[in-house]
Amino acid sequence: MKMIKQLVIAIGLMLPMICAHAEVDKRARDLAASCAACHGTNGKSAGGFPVLASLDKGYFVAQMKDFKSGARPATVMHQMSKGFTDEEFELMGGFFAAQKR
Amino acid sequence: MSLDRRDFLKLGVAGIAVGAFPGLAFATSEIIPKKGQRVVIVGGGFGGATAAKYIRMWSNNKIDVVLVERNPQFISCPMSNTVLGGSRTINDLTRSYDTLKKKYGVKLVQGEVTAIDTQKQTVMLAKGHLGYDRLIIAPGVDFMFEQIEGLNAEVTEKSIPHAWKAGAQTVLLRKQLEAMPDGGVCAISIPKAPYRCPPGPYERACQVAFYLKNNKPKSKVLILDANPDITSKKGLFTEAWKDLYPGMIEYRANAMVTKVDVAGKAVSTEFEDVKADVLNIIPPMKAGVVASLAGVVNVDNRWCAVDFISYESKVHKKVHVIGDSVSAALPKSGYMATSQAKICAAAIIELMQGQAPDQAPTIANTCYSMVSDSEAMHVAHIYRFNAEKQAMIAAEGGGVSAQRSEVEGMLAGHWLENVLNDVLM
Ligand SMILES: Cc1cc2nc3c(=O)[nH]c(=O)nc-3n(C[C@H](O)[C@H](O)[C@H](O)COP(=O)(O)OP(=O)(O)OC[C@H]3O[C@@H](n4cnc5c(N)ncnc54)[C@H](O)[C@@H]3O)c2cc1C
Ligand code: HEC
Repeated sequence: MKMIKQLVIAIGLMLPMICAHAEVDKRARDLAASCAACHGTNGKSAGGFPVLASLDKGYFVAQMKDFKSGARPATVMHQMSKGFTDEEFELMGGFFAAQKR
Repeated sequence: MSLDRRDFLKLGVAGIAVGAFPGLAFATSEIIPKKGQRVVIVGGGFGGATAAKYIRMWSNNKIDVVLVERNPQFISCPMSNTVLGGSRTINDLTRSYDTLKKKYGVKLVQGEVTAIDTQKQTVMLAKGHLGYDRLIIAPGVDFMFEQIEGLNAEVTEKSIPHAWKAGAQTVLLRKQLEAMPDGGVCAISIPKAPYRCPPGPYERACQVAFYLKNNKPKSKVLILDANPDITSKKGLFTEAWKDLYPGMIEYRANAMVTKVDVAGKAVSTEFEDVKADVLNIIPPMKAGVVASLAGVVNVDNRWCAVDFISYESKVHKKVHVIGDSVSAALPKSGYMATSQAKICAAAIIELMQGQAPDQAPTIANTCYSMVSDSEAMHVAHIYRFNAEKQAMIAAEGGGVSAQRSEVEGMLAGHWLENVLNDVLM
């Protein structure tokens, strides 16, 4: 039983990696799409707001966490960031990192 | 299909013909022959145009999209109050639909949808019909003129503009302010919530005051609000009025306009009659009339209830509703319409492939308000689907600006460019 359970979890963890190249993670894509009014479609802002496309994932996640904790001051991102979980930061970070500028 | 008498009259000959003899729907020609899976979208505003672009983009152009819009060009309501203040012209807010056609292959049909047959899955225009597999209704709002005695569409076009759809009426209202004598009064009336753009009327009061302060400093702005209090960004607006326009803006709560005297330039509330040199009555609103033609208006005879996973109507399958027409505890904004459009687009693509859509949609909304030519403030929230309540609920952490600022004034301008690009480019 335990072994089967572990196997299922292992396959579950691998699945996103297997699929990563074939298809974008739709949950990540849809979450990221809600940022486009300010940061542009797929993070390609035309000005004023930072470009998120091709931002390093680690940098992205760190910024989101800093906005959330208040460590990085902001006009609006402190409010936006609080609406998401850390896992969602990872998802969005992966999506934006894969977008070309 | 539940049509009230007014809607039937508005429908005109085409609608009555379809209503009475459904077979006649096919007496007209097919405007663009349907091949393969097709989504028809009624209304090319913030919601409809975004849905068109995103369905094409996210389906790798596999799903055919026909967008039906009555106007030849897109005119943005967001920032249209600054046309009254004078820092923008209506041309600055006007965009073309060309990129949606050329870059994304959206098929654009210019015209008025006059009837919808949800049984035959057909949309009717004067020049013919369009068949669909799924329909998105995104008509924005229409006005409940019947709630204000003396007011009708013609009056708003000629003498008492609501200017709550950006365009000719915005320009007319600006001209009336230019013609107003110094020492005059501009009255702005606000309907009971829910209405399109909660902070919009208070932003408008700022923009009108901005123009008057610089050109006719003895004049006044009188706000007649049907609501018991300022409905959005209250602290920030009252502060801006006090600091930037001292003594110029008078606010009256619980002042619902019920009657207008067009020739005498006066309005009546329950308590008083008010005369003004320029009258800007923002009438109560409901889902765009075309939603009732499709029979999807089912809340208070005004709004459309939807499933927030897919924005499918609670009345008819395969008919989705997005934007201002939706019944929800969500602000009716352009940003919100784009957010809903993307969730709807993603869900439709999945449903057309027999897959389940995302069960936990999460969306954002922000509205910047310009209180002068340079300063702005915002309200921002994330909304997450709550399965138990079957509703979109504001996540913790949202809120308004700490204070109005020039930094946010700059950002508001950039927001307009970026959001219009996201909708149309
Ligand atoms: C003064 C003002 C300021 C605002 N400021 C902001 C802001 O700063 N930020 C913000 O996010 N929102 C703002 N808004 C709100 C925003 O404009 C609306 O919430 C938004 O337009 C709603 O999008 P929609 O797609 O539902 O409707 P719309 O954008 O109105 O689009 C509906 C479209 O459908 C078309 N249509 C309707 N019926 C038919 C038919 N039968 N046949 C063919 N076509 C049809 C219409 O012509 C229209 O183009 C403001 C609104 C106003 C009035
Ligand atoms: C209302 C406009 C607005 C929205 C919506 C918005 N942002 Fe931002 N974003 C900003 C602004 C403005 C900044 C600069 C910091 C500040 O003032 O808040 C910023 C900064 C950032 C940064 C830092 C970039 C860098 O290079 O350091 C990240 C990351 C970011 N946003 C991610 C997001 C994500 C993810 C979303 C969607 C969930 C989002 N933003 C939605 C306005 C917005």
